[in-house]
Amino acid sequence: MSEAGSDTLAVAQTGSDVAGASASLWSDAWRALRRRVVFWVSVVILVVMALMAVFPSLFTDRGVNDRCDVRFAKHAPSSWNPFGAGGHPFGYDMHGCDYWAQIVHGARAPMIVGFVVTGIALTLSITLGSLSGYFGRWLDALISRITDIFFGLPLVLGALVILTAFPAHGVWTMSLVLGVLWWPTMTRLMRGQVLSVRDADYVQAARVLGAGDLRIMARHILPNAIAPVFVYAMLNVGVVIGYEATLDYLGVGLQYPTVSWGLQLSQAQDVFTDYPYLLIYPAVLLTATVLSFLLLGDAVRDALDPKLR
Amino acid sequence: MTNTPDPAPGTPLLQVEDLRVEFRMRGSTVNAVNGLSYTLAEGETLAILGESGSGKSVSAQAVMGILDTPPAYVTGGAVRFRGTELLGLPEKKRRIYRGAHIAMIFQDALSALNPVHRVGDQIAEMLIVHKGMSRGDARKRAVELMDRVRIPSAASRASDYPHQFSGGMRQRVMIAMALALEPDVLIADEPTTALDVTVQAQIMKLLSDLQDEMAMGLILITHDLGVVADVADRIVVMYAGRVVEQAEVKELYARPAHPYTEGLLASVPRVDVRDRALTPIKGAPPNLAAIPAGCPFHPRCPRAREERCPDEVPALRDVTGTGHGSACHYAEEVLGG
Amino acid sequence: MADEILQVENLVKHFPLTQGVVFKHQVGQVKAVDGVSFALHRGETLGLVGESGCGKSTLAKLLMALERPTSGSVRFEDQDVFALSRAELRRLRRRVQMVLQDPYTSLNPRMTVGDIVGEPFAIHGDPEGGRRRRVRELLEVVGLDPDHVNRYPHQFSGGQRQRIGIARALALRPDVIVCDEPVSALDVSVQAQVMNLLADLQKEFGLSYVFIAHDLAVVRHISDRVAVMYLGKIVEIGDEEQIYDHPTHPYTQALLSAVPVPDPTRRGTPIVLEGDVPSPTNPPSGCRFRTRCWKAQDVCATEEPLLQVRAARGPDDGADGGVTGSSHPSACHFADEKTARD
Repeated sequence: MSEAGSDTLAVAQTGSDVAGASASLWSDAWRALRRRVVFWVSVVILVVMALMAVFPSLFTDRGVNDRCDVRFAKHAPSSWNPFGAGGHPFGYDMHGCDYWAQIVHGARAPMIVGFVVTGIALTLSITLGSLSGYFGRWLDALISRITDIFFGLPLVLGALVILTAFPAHGVWTMSLVLGVLWWPTMTRLMRGQVLSVRDADYVQAARVLGAGDLRIMARHILPNAIAPVFVYAMLNVGVVIGYEATLDYLGVGLQYPTVSWGLQLSQAQDVFTDYPYLLIYPAVLLTATVLSFLLLGDAVRDALDPKLR
Repeated sequence: MTNTPDPAPGTPLLQVEDLRVEFRMRGSTVNAVNGLSYTLAEGETLAILGESGSGKSVSAQAVMGILDTPPAYVTGGAVRFRGTELLGLPEKKRRIYRGAHIAMIFQDALSALNPVHRVGDQIAEMLIVHKGMSRGDARKRAVELMDRVRIPSAASRASDYPHQFSGGMRQRVMIAMALALEPDVLIADEPTTALDVTVQAQIMKLLSDLQDEMAMGLILITHDLGVVADVADRIVVMYAGRVVEQAEVKELYARPAHPYTEGLLASVPRVDVRDRALTPIKGAPPNLAAIPAGCPFHPRCPRAREERCPDEVPALRDVTGTGHGSACHYAEEVLGG
Repeated sequence: MADEILQVENLVKHFPLTQGVVFKHQVGQVKAVDGVSFALHRGETLGLVGESGCGKSTLAKLLMALERPTSGSVRFEDQDVFALSRAELRRLRRRVQMVLQDPYTSLNPRMTVGDIVGEPFAIHGDPEGGRRRRVRELLEVVGLDPDHVNRYPHQFSGGQRQRIGIARALALRPDVIVCDEPVSALDVSVQAQVMNLLADLQKEFGLSYVFIAHDLAVVRHISDRVAVMYLGKIVEIGDEEQIYDHPTHPYTQALLSAVPVPDPTRRGTPIVLEGDVPSPTNPPSGCRFRTRCWKAQDVCATEEPLLQVRAARGPDDGADGGVTGSSHPSACHFADEKTARD
């Protein structure tokens, strides 16, 4: 029979009614997260990567492209302590730089790009999505059409074209370019969220009390609409880092003398068969970072979803 | 459908005994049904009356065998259809009983129907799967069934989709579907709660007509004291997953023997009486994850006494010698008014 | 009249039905409220009953000026609420408040009870004695523990949440509260608590209620006067006894007969209406109820019956067997206390 669907629902409601008898959404989510191994593994990895990006001196005493000597190019690893005399745990890269130090410094660029692009996109999408969803009518039509146009631009192609046109870009310019291309999906998500909350009874109740638009937005709509957008943003940092590496690898992203995992991959590709570790080290770190963001976002999303409780 | 053994004479149509269902959730166990027993005779209308969280719907799903496991587990008891125990049956055998012998209709007809199939096909599908009818015959029978539940111009409406029907008509489609296999027991879970009162009257009339025609046993699950008074032969009142009172309908309304039933009757406003003072029950129905010890109703009960109620779970007992059951230590006092 | 605190005159709300995304064009209109007039007296409870789709929820939104009407007026103490400026409307909000139906969705899940009940003061300014104190007072008035101000809505039961909603509506000491199905989401045993609370508050604060509900028994219990709505119009209005004991409109009669009474010794045979309520997009001509009415004659299709007191007529006046008429306003050409099926 076909009634299975409605039962699941009924049962789920019975369950959540009874179980949800304490504290708020975020603290419930936190209690759920605390118990998940995936959450802690990704947090630990991301903390290490973040420390590398912010305080590289914790990991190496060398600066960016510091004390490079072509004579040592591609020399094999020696001594596992990077701070000790002659300590080069990852060996040397093709320019004779200490590869461990270069990889540590390579964390900063992708992290900056990941967070700045997501930040730009988040700001734009919260603003535009809220305006569009809350006020509706012509403003919604206008913002939605603009979103559609940007949405129509293929991201990689758009980035390729713009970045090729301005070859002398650094980390910040690149972030700006990607950020400008990145907001449409999040804006749509935000708009949908605001739309679904806008007609909630408690919003109507606030209107009846005489609350103005600003108050309704700040106190009632945003706090209830924003959780999924934040989760999406968290996943998104990982995705942006992946894109950044891709563009570097394709040669249109960051350029020497900047160091970045993507660039290191790009440089290592020609010598991969003879010096595989030059490719493997940055690849492992990059993958670990991207994956950790994705898993973290996933875990948070599950924890915030009351239906899964 | 003839593979059920002949029951011994006097075996009730449906017998539920000490049924227990719990939900195992992250970190807590919710005791939804805690020892529910009732019997249903052929052609009888039994109402299961209860508020939200009384376990009335969950118990019906357990009887049907459509609980989702996990999180729900039947942890004890028996469900016998004409003497055959259903709870231990493998799913394959259980399915034979579901639909063919025991059918169910729900409050929300829209979500119980498949939105992408024509209603006629959905009814026909049941007949093809369960009865092995040919597609053509099944279609014809589907239209007959829709006609039987008084859907106007059934032949043409059979090719409409669920969303094209009004709430009342949709509930009729559900009833047609439930009756397709001519079940012996029909469980109706809040069938009219989502409907307007005039439509409710239509559906209740239809159900009682069909019950007479087909000599079905009907289990009506509801929170509405009015609907129960109108159609039930016997009533089981549930509270916190237990039966607190059961009696023949007139007896129960005239002489309630449990303070909860008494309280419900005093809480409900009446359309036929002027200026009736309402005496509500204090508090709210209990959280099933933390059912009060002793009598589950004692924290809300105006007649509760320190010496027994907080510690001793009252058993359901016949308090009049005529089958009027009450699970109250002081039922005789309640009867005395 | 000074006694009338709220006057609704010929209120109409049509929602356009549009098709197309880029080039929108109107293909029809939903006549949700279609010419409704009534007055609310100071200190009384006016019940508005009707089935789904009769326009009672739209009417509630119009009364609260949450929607603008297509035409007609709502006057509060003789000022037209739709002609008010933004600031004036805000002031009006202090006088007219609302209690919503669903206690699970009408409270912001991210706010504490203290913030919810205190929000009116955040908008309109703090009361004498301070916000915190007044919030605690309000919680006490509606029967909640004032020490629970820091809890969140989901920590309360349905009945308690509805009390929170009532406390919020009371905060600004309004004169009128529009209650939109305030007890229909509650369990029977809790429903009575909330109804008694509303009645007590009315006595204590001299409130006037517009009480909108689909449950006729609930409306009878709480109302002084009752208006019955069908497809966007009031078909019958009168005091509670007139409507419930002497209904003269066939729809009211059918509605009342359909309500099951919680007394098995009084099983009646309801007047079962055939078919469904017609679409408000294209309501029947003349009397809107005629398509389901057992008394319908030719005149019902051509002439719209006005909501008015109707005189009794004998058999000689052309009425079949004579009709009793109606001592209170009834929108039926054949208004009669007897139903044809008696």
